[in-house]
Amino acid sequence: MNESKFRAMAAMGPTVAGVALVASDDFSARYDLDLARGVFSRPGHSLFGRSYVDRILVLNAAKGGVATSWMLRDMVMRGRAPLALLLNFANPIMAQAAAFAEVSFMSGFPVDITSAIASGDHIELSPATRELTIVSRGADEGPDFSSMEAALIESRN
Amino acid sequence: MQGEGGEPRRWALEQQIAVGEFFDAEDFVEVTQVHLCADTEALGASGVQFVENIAGTKIGGRVCVPSITDPRGADFAQINAINHDPDIVALERRLSAALSSIGFLMTNTCINYQYVLPPARGEHLAFGDTGSVIYANGVAGAYSNYEGGPAALAAALTGRVPRYGFHLSSKRTGTQLYRLTGDLGTYSDWGAVGGLIGRDMESYWDVPVIISKRRPRSDELKHLGAALASYGSTGMFHFVGVTPEAPTIEAAFAGLPVPAGRTIGSADIRSFYEAFHTSKQELDVVVFAAPQLSLFELGELAAMLDGRQLHDGTALLVAVPKAVKVIADENGLTQAVEGAGGIVLEGVCFYQMHARELARANGWRTLMTNSAKLVNIISGYGYEPVLGSMRQCVASALAGRFLR
Repeated sequence: MNESKFRAMAAMGPTVAGVALVASDDFSARYDLDLARGVFSRPGHSLFGRSYVDRILVLNAAKGGVATSWMLRDMVMRGRAPLALLLNFANPIMAQAAAFAEVSFMSGFPVDITSAIASGDHIELSPATRELTIVSRGADEGPDFSSMEAALIESRN
Repeated sequence: MQGEGGEPRRWALEQQIAVGEFFDAEDFVEVTQVHLCADTEALGASGVQFVENIAGTKIGGRVCVPSITDPRGADFAQINAINHDPDIVALERRLSAALSSIGFLMTNTCINYQYVLPPARGEHLAFGDTGSVIYANGVAGAYSNYEGGPAALAAALTGRVPRYGFHLSSKRTGTQLYRLTGDLGTYSDWGAVGGLIGRDMESYWDVPVIISKRRPRSDELKHLGAALASYGSTGMFHFVGVTPEAPTIEAAFAGLPVPAGRTIGSADIRSFYEAFHTSKQELDVVVFAAPQLSLFELGELAAMLDGRQLHDGTALLVAVPKAVKVIADENGLTQAVEGAGGIVLEGVCFYQMHARELARANGWRTLMTNSAKLVNIISGYGYEPVLGSMRQCVASALAGRFLR
């Protein structure tokens, strides 16, 4: 957790900086998100109920499903998208999604990136140089309980 | 790239170069067919507009290789039967019209490898459904990566894809070994095996090798592959003595040392089922989909339902491609399902039908299915899913409560 710079094996998109939202879970937009509300909606996901809007999502690996390739751009067009995406392991769908949506994406780090970064950290991605920098450590604002409650109610209605 | 071939092809090449560079592709490879996943839940209104813009562009806005579609989000003949939102249906009609204008053949199926044109060994493809990709790679020995919606659309416009991943022989070698010892008597058992192995996969780049005394049939491989892809983002597998690139275990690992591997037995499969449970007794909806059913699967289901009546409080949905529906209509299979109170949906898959809105419109919360893939997806839509065999699902639908 002391290192502050990491080099990715692959990267695309413009330079971007923002606050990280981190989990060691895998990721699929169709399986895990409620796009209308901008929150994680899958009860078994560590980020259940958390808003991903304007956060740099840091997760382990892409998992099944091809829908993310369309959905990420739709999130951008709705104004309810993550700022960027970091994964330990990319698959074609996430790269295709990032290219289509013009969202910055990096993957493949010398460390488990979900352990190296914590939710709340301010980070900067420079895809052109494949560099990821932890600008400052920050406190996780924690789950927004009103969002979590709403997600639970939503999922039960 | 200067746009001489029209703006759609310029866009398509730009996308493909970005993805190719991300994965260090050295060049492109021509593909013989394209399979596009494009349901309106995935595209949203903005995505439909994007496709309509391409359809409206005369230069470069037409497919240049045979191109077909994955299930859409609405069966236009069953809108009222399942209380589909008219706005969603209208959006789906717009999308279908736009894709037809671009030159897509609206096959609306995720089992195109069974009902459109089975791929040949070594054929390079741009398939866009995870289940169709893994079947094409593993069972047919064809070459495809996951080509998500915009990537498959780009491939249809250019007739090629970046050459990386499973287009390269070197990436198709087995990485992990699994020995199956369970009974594997049902489709859902094969799905459970796919789920168990898929969870073990670290990433898309892992290639499991499976050994079993029980030789799976086409529909069993379909459930196995769909679950592998769903739980593991897995796009390729070998089944020793069954799939073409694995005549022997040594061949599956390309002569490299064979790992010790893991054994999957009946207790593992039982645990997989038990992980999907609900405290509720009442069963709202039974779904047979993900993947769509083959004619033989529908025949088995129809025989179980023929002359019986579903519980009043339980809906039963079956998703099939048009090719199956036509033959089922002519052979009394549709009538057997519908006579019992079930609904046969054509050209759709349940989770691609705006399942969250369907739950609200119909009061559905508890769901039972024999699809290991579907139970993995659907909890994010607010459902409480339970996995069972086809026979257990039917018995539960008749009783109106979970029977396992």
